[in-house]
Amino acid sequence: MPRVEIRDDVPSDEPSNGPPRAEQTQVRIAIKSRYDHIDLIQVVVDDALARLGLDDDPRHWVGIAVREAVANAIKHGNQQDPDKEVEVELAVAGEEAVIRVHDRGEGFDPESVPDPLAPENLLRPNGRGIFYMRRFMDEITYARTATGTVVTMRKRLVESLDDVSEPDGVSEPDDTSSAAADA
Amino acid sequence: MKIDVRNERGATILAPKGKINIGVGDVALREAVHEALEAGARKLVIDLGGVTTIDSSGVGELVSAHKTVENAGGALKLANLPSKVADILQITQLVTVFEVHDSASEAVDSFESA
Repeated sequence: MPRVEIRDDVPSDEPSNGPPRAEQTQVRIAIKSRYDHIDLIQVVVDDALARLGLDDDPRHWVGIAVREAVANAIKHGNQQDPDKEVEVELAVAGEEAVIRVHDRGEGFDPESVPDPLAPENLLRPNGRGIFYMRRFMDEITYARTATGTVVTMRKRLVESLDDVSEPDGVSEPDDTSSAAADA
Repeated sequence: MKIDVRNERGATILAPKGKINIGVGDVALREAVHEALEAGARKLVIDLGGVTTIDSSGVGELVSAHKTVENAGGALKLANLPSKVADILQITQLVTVFEVHDSASEAVDSFESA
């Protein structure tokens, strides 16, 4: 059975004399390596991010990134061994959500994954998961631990005024009028 | 995930409902495309209007379906994309690969006018 630990103590402002960006854990979830547990993780993380005030749209894209990270942990990290667990932790550090996905695998070089946007790779059925994670999160890093691999993903909870609600490059500029004029 | 299959003016329309995600909807979509091809379909439309989420495996299945249908001498078109699915195809630059229509009927029309 999956284990879910949820803390209700939504962080208050950090004390001024406290360490910068101290992390406060909100949720921990541990699942066996089964794809049908991914929905549970997405629901729990989505709920926690909603309580932390992240808007619907960025929450959707963070949810996609979390799904991809967990799917990779199950497939590539734990090789779908149902006895190996994937642990997901959501913490808050200042104005950032920090999500860690920990598997029991040997790790890999994320730089070795081919660029899915290269013309020669567009028709490859695989290789887009890490691209999604990089696209939808502000930062992702990989690290080896004594027990496996952990991917850490960070996302600002408060979008700056420069940010759009959709991932970069999604929104088409509202230039249909000029396009129509050219037509 | 459930996939409705219907025929319209010689084209086969597959309409998945729900999630196309790893280990769940992706396999169902693959099987539906193969079944349609085995039944002789060569003009295929995937109506994505009922899809709530699609992960990278689901997108991978769309790409595989595109290649499988073309290799069989047919054509696959996408229709009725929810905004989040359209965003994903934009981000992955697969809008340059797929022929996308606003509705399944419009996609069927395009087969007839080709």
